Amino acid sequence: MYAQMVKTGVDHIQSKEEMSPEERAFQDRVDQDIKIEPKEWMPEAYRKTLIRQISQHAHSEIIGMQPEGNWITRAPTLERKAILLAKVQDEAGHGLYLYCAAETLGVSRDELMEQLNSGKAKYSSIFNYPTLTWADIGAIGWLVDGAAIMNQVPLQRCSYGPYSRAMIRICKEESFHQRQGYDAMTKLARGTPEQKQMAQDALNRWWWPSLMMFGPSDAESVHSAQSMRWKIKINSNDELRQKFVDQTVPQAEYLGLTVPDPDLKWNAERGHYDFGEVNWDEFYQVIAGNGPCNRDRLRTRVKAYEEGRWVRDAADAYAAKKAGRAKAKAA
Amino acid sequence: MSGQEALFEYLLRLGDNALILGHRLSEWCGHSPALEEDLALSNVALDLIGQTQLWLNLAGEVEGKGRDADKLAYLRDARDFRNLLLVEQPNGDFAATMARQFYFDAWHYLLLRDLTGSKNARIAEIAAKGLKEVTYHLERSQEWVLRLGDGTEESHRRMQTAVDDLWMYTGEMFESDEVDQAMVREGIGPDLSSLHEPWLGLMRSTTDEATLTLPQPGWAQRGGKRGIHSEHLGYILADLQFLQRAYPNATW
Repeated sequence: MYAQMVKTGVDHIQSKEEMSPEERAFQDRVDQDIKIEPKEWMPEAYRKTLIRQISQHAHSEIIGMQPEGNWITRAPTLERKAILLAKVQDEAGHGLYLYCAAETLGVSRDELMEQLNSGKAKYSSIFNYPTLTWADIGAIGWLVDGAAIMNQVPLQRCSYGPYSRAMIRICKEESFHQRQGYDAMTKLARGTPEQKQMAQDALNRWWWPSLMMFGPSDAESVHSAQSMRWKIKINSNDELRQKFVDQTVPQAEYLGLTVPDPDLKWNAERGHYDFGEVNWDEFYQVIAGNGPCNRDRLRTRVKAYEEGRWVRDAADAYAAKKAGRAKAKAA
Repeated sequence: MSGQEALFEYLLRLGDNALILGHRLSEWCGHSPALEEDLALSNVALDLIGQTQLWLNLAGEVEGKGRDADKLAYLRDARDFRNLLLVEQPNGDFAATMARQFYFDAWHYLLLRDLTGSKNARIAEIAAKGLKEVTYHLERSQEWVLRLGDGTEESHRRMQTAVDDLWMYTGEMFESDEVDQAMVREGIGPDLSSLHEPWLGLMRSTTDEATLTLPQPGWAQRGGKRGIHSEHLGYILADLQFLQRAYPNATW
């Protein structure tokens, strides 16, 4: 999940009686699965929550380019290099669609970028972990994109039209990335003893942070309940995490790799895997800025943005000059 | 040098230019001035990586020693690389990247256009595919030279510096040696000196429109085509080849 712990600004879930006529009409449309489009009336809290959620997702795509970008120049074959470069390029594209979706809610890309650069806006905790070996690239595709898909597939049906359409496009590419990641892991797991060791080590390091991506249990959270009522969140964090574990454990077994959780076992009664407790202290530290790479990720982003400013200014100045000349010619 | 050896050398030059420039452009991914540029620079890099695979696979076939594109890209040392000095120059700022790109794209375009008429059908075919891509690369880099040259005072200054700094690496593109001459004799490739005038014409018209000053002809750095490179190439290869060197005989 690329958006974690999104606040809605509400303190309780309103009953239909408490709602204004406009709010009631809005909720009725949502209940009937009618998409909400940018020009329609919407509650301010819905608008703000969506901006937070969509921009967090967009920022995650942009920051997520760094850990994978770290291996583009070192990819082991021309084909792997092309696949990885195309993947990171897709992430820039996803960021772009999502910023566009957020812009329909009345906020500009520049404002959102400033929020990211100032450290005010959040992005997914997962991208604050380092990519130490080539196997980490496979593990990210397999696990991180796999976890993202769990959340994003249901969001294709979310209530806000532009977000739903962005998700449909993104999910197609994400599932492709996930298959490529798994394929890269398969090559390693079937490779030399050193490659197999590299794959196992990557799984060891990425497993728990991947489970953290879904966020802490939100069964009691009023924000999650409100987001679900608005249909901008479809499943609870625990449901999605369970689904991810159930899907991923057999894939690890197929690769001959061991999931680093001594408590992991199949529970026939529940029809699900039982698994150990996530280290939520670590998660809260990472989202508070104390992950291994938080500072570097943000500094790198700010540096690219600042160093690119003169280029963006030049493009604007040139476009204005050109428009001025065209106008003078027409006059 | 036999005809086959000359052809192998010639294909290495084509492949290595694409490989090294594609590598340099891929370094921008995630660090460029705007998301649109991350997308566009990656597109150009991906095209060049694709062209690398075609040229170097063909080079491997011509050589006949069982080397494919990956073996040639990942297991040769710097002295065996045949790319132009221009393409291995560091990215610098965005103006330097675009000046390098514009100089190369204009030459690359003219070269591939001629190679589509090559007597070697395989070369003509790869050139035709590449030409479509490079036509777009050239439009884009030319557009950036205009924007930056005629944008703000700062962008103009940076673009002029970039155009000046990289100028000495352009002469090498038009010099022929025995490999190029062998290609001309066999109707495989063009006389490189014939590309110079059309290239200069495009440089003049573009720099004029961009309010930039085209540098005067001067001393040309040369050596890339014979494997005498700048110090930069070794670092590119250290990055590029790390995994293949650290884990010999592994498949990925």
